[in-house]
Amino acid sequence: MTEIGLGHYLTLGAVIFSIGIIGIFLNRKNIIVILMSIELILLAVNINLVAFSIFLGDLTGQVFTLFILTVAAAEAAIGLAIIVVYYRNSGTIRVEEIDQLKG
Amino acid sequence: MIAHSIFFYTFSIIAVISAIMVTVSKNTVHSVFFLILDFISISCLFIMIGAEFLGMIMLIVYVGAVAVLFLFVVMMLNVAQQKNQWFASEASSKHIPVGLIISTIIFFELIIVIGGWKYKPDLFDINNTTNNFSVSNTHSLGQVLYTDYIHVFQLSGMILLVAMIGAIVLTFRKREGVKKQSYLKQISRERSEGVEVLEVETNKGVKIDD
Repeated sequence: MTEIGLGHYLTLGAVIFSIGIIGIFLNRKNIIVILMSIELILLAVNINLVAFSIFLGDLTGQVFTLFILTVAAAEAAIGLAIIVVYYRNSGTIRVEEIDQLKG
Repeated sequence: MIAHSIFFYTFSIIAVISAIMVTVSKNTVHSVFFLILDFISISCLFIMIGAEFLGMIMLIVYVGAVAVLFLFVVMMLNVAQQKNQWFASEASSKHIPVGLIISTIIFFELIIVIGGWKYKPDLFDINNTTNNFSVSNTHSLGQVLYTDYIHVFQLSGMILLVAMIGAIVLTFRKREGVKKQSYLKQISRERSEGVEVLEVETNKGVKIDD
């Protein structure tokens, strides 16, 4: 219990990953919170990579975490730009009112 | 060691609670603030276990840039006060049990994998990117990032460039009826189209701009 090992960090990553998935399903408010849930999922993946990298003594995990950070930033910028354009065109970003594709 | 565990439990409990608050918060601005708190506590964890560079980069990139971007968009779109109505409509509440079941299954699968996983030291050979403890984390990361991973590094720069251009192109809007200075038009102006010399007859005058 007092010895913090790899399993603790992996469990933390699993908890945050599951919370992110719950957030995607639970959210009926607007798309921005769904984007934030995706950020949470990427954060959980980063926790796993960094924990493995530290506890196995291999730097590759941290390098890949850096690239995931880059991709997450790019994804947030593009997603928010798409949301802004959609809001400008349709006046709402509520999830249940975005049903143009009838999916 | 006891201090390590105290710090770990403190920051991880803060991170989990703020992650829950991100998803269930009624106000979108509060969600963004809890996301910032989440990233800060996770970066504290990163710094604590020895990945200082990533912790600092996470602070700079997420708290400094991405969270501010989220806040800016939330404020611009006027959705902050939209109330969260989970169980208001019939169509939306059908997704919620399915989502809870799926995420619970994923959580227990991950826990089973973590519990049953055992690290064998000879499972794979540690390659040349081992963590060198004589230099700092930032130093050793830079040593591999600019040598072994230089192509991936350049590629991530290209991704950022494409994202920047894409965001600008998506949100760019040409406004009608706005008086703007056109440098090209100004520079390419010739004397012949700007000035005209007229012979004005006496007592008749001349009509311009017809």
